[in-house]
Amino acid sequence: MIRLTDVAKEYPRSGVALAQITFEVRKGEFVFLTGPSGSGKTTILKLLYMDDKPNQGEVWVNGVSSLNASGREISRLRRRLGIVFQDFRLLEDRTAEANVRFALEVTGAPKATIRAKVSRALTQVGLASKATSYPRELSGGEQQRVAIARALINDPFVLIADEPTGNLDERATRGVFQLLRDINASGTAVIMATHDLDLVRRSNYRTIELNHGRLVFDSAESPLSARPPDEPFQESEAANDTQESV
Amino acid sequence: MRSVSEALTASRRAPLLSMLGVVTIAFSLFAFGLFGLVAINIRKALDQVEERVEVRAFVSDSTEIEAVVAAMKDVGEFPEVARVDYVSKEQALERARKEMGEFADVFEAGVLPASIEVYLRSGMRDPTTVKSVADRIRTYHFIDDVRYGEEWVEKLYRLRNIATVAGIALGVAFAAVAIIIIGATIRMTVLARAKEISIMRLVGATDMFIRLPFLIDGLVKGVLGGLLALVFVWVANRVVNEYFIETIFFNREMIFLGIVGGAFMGVLGSLVSVGRHLRRV
Repeated sequence: MIRLTDVAKEYPRSGVALAQITFEVRKGEFVFLTGPSGSGKTTILKLLYMDDKPNQGEVWVNGVSSLNASGREISRLRRRLGIVFQDFRLLEDRTAEANVRFALEVTGAPKATIRAKVSRALTQVGLASKATSYPRELSGGEQQRVAIARALINDPFVLIADEPTGNLDERATRGVFQLLRDINASGTAVIMATHDLDLVRRSNYRTIELNHGRLVFDSAESPLSARPPDEPFQESEAANDTQESV
Repeated sequence: MRSVSEALTASRRAPLLSMLGVVTIAFSLFAFGLFGLVAINIRKALDQVEERVEVRAFVSDSTEIEAVVAAMKDVGEFPEVARVDYVSKEQALERARKEMGEFADVFEAGVLPASIEVYLRSGMRDPTTVKSVADRIRTYHFIDDVRYGEEWVEKLYRLRNIATVAGIALGVAFAAVAIIIIGATIRMTVLARAKEISIMRLVGATDMFIRLPFLIDGLVKGVLGGLLALVFVWVANRVVNEYFIETIFFNREMIFLGIVGGAFMGVLGSLVSVGRHLRRV
C-alpha cells in the first residue's frame, strides 16, 4: 500500500534530510514514526502525501509513484489520504462543521452527500454537539478532533498524522490517541510521527525510528527486540524545524 | 459558481488595488483606443484623398497631339495606372474658372497649359509608388512639369505612422503596468488566503480548482477595464466631433476586440502572478 525504496532527500540549503530510507506500510497497520526533531519525520510524511519528491529512490503510495505522478494524480491521491498536523490547520473564520465540509466542497463532492458525511464524521470524533462552534471556542483537543474529522471525511485508507498531540495536554493527548486507535481498529492505517515516548511505550504498535535522516530502527524488522527506545532522544545538533515545516 | 463568488471575495479584500487594476487596464486600452482612433481616421482621410491622387503632367505648348496620345497609351499600360485623361487648355481654363468663382475673369484663354491626368489603382497610391510613376512620366521630353501633391501625402502617412507607434508604445506601457498591478492584487489575496489554499491542496483540490477564482478575478477586471476604456474613448471622440472635426468611431468588431484585449490583460496578469505565488504557499 505504501512503499519507500532507497529514498534520499536533500535540500539545497540545509543538506541531507533523508538517506537510504526503505520501508513498507501494509493495509490497516498502525506505525509510529519517532526520532528527535530534525531527524526527518516530517520530510517522510511530506513525501508520503507527495508535497515533495525524493531526490533519489521511489515513494509509492496506493498505485501512485513519485517517479511519474502528475499533479492531477497527486490531487486524487490526497483525497484518499487523511492528513493531520500539530497545529490543526483549521480556518478560524469557519465553524467546526464548515471546516469539515470545506474538504468536500473544494474537491467537488456531490452536494447531496455532504451534509450526511459531515455529521457522520463529527459524530465519529465525538463533536456532534459542537458543530457550530468556531475553532477559538474549542479546546486544543477538540480542535484536533475537528481536524481529524476533516481528514476522515473522504474515508481515507491511511491517516497521516504529524505530531498530532504535540500541542495538547496529557488528557487531550490520551483522548486524541484513543481516537486514532479507534480509527485504526475500523481498518484505516495510521502513520503517526511523534516524539512522545510514553505514547510509544504504552502501545504495542510498530515503531520506525529515525536519526539524522536515517532509519535506525524498525520494530517490524526485528520483532523480538520490539523495544520502544528507553532513552529520551538526543536532540540533533543539525535540528532545523523550519526546513521541515510545511 | 463557487469560483465566481470566491473571485469577488478576493477583490473585496483589496478594493483599492482592485480598482487601480481596472483603471490601469482602462488607461492602457484608452491609449490604444485613442491612437487607434486617430489612425483609423487618418486612414479614412487618406482613402478619400487617395481616390483623388493623381499625377498631373503639364504638356509644353508646341507638342503634337499625336505624341501626347502615344505617351498616354504608354502610361496607361503602367501596372500602377488605372486611367489616363487628357485635359486641354480650354478644359483647364473652364475648370479653373469654376473653382475660382468670383476671380474667374483673371484667367485668359491660353494661360493654363494642357495636361494629362493619371489616376492610380487603389493600393498603388503610397508616396513611393506615386513618386516612381511621376518620375517615369517626367522622362517624356514634351513634359514641362509633373505635380503629385507629394508633400501632404507624405505628411499624412507620417502622421499615421506616428499615431500608430505612439499608441502602441503607450498602450503597451500601460498594459505592463496593469499586469503588474493585477499581479500585486493576486499576490495579496494569495498571501491572505495562504492557509486556506494550503488546506485545499492537502485535501486534494486540483490546481485548476485553486487557480480558477483568481483567473476569473482577472477576467472580470479586464472586461471592466475594457468597458471603462470604451467609455473614455467614446467621450474623447464626442468632444473632438463637437468642437473640432468630424471623425468616425470604432466598429463593433473593433470594440469587441478591445474588450477581449482587456480580458486578456486581466487573465495574463492573474496567470503570471498566481503561478508564481501559489508555489510559495
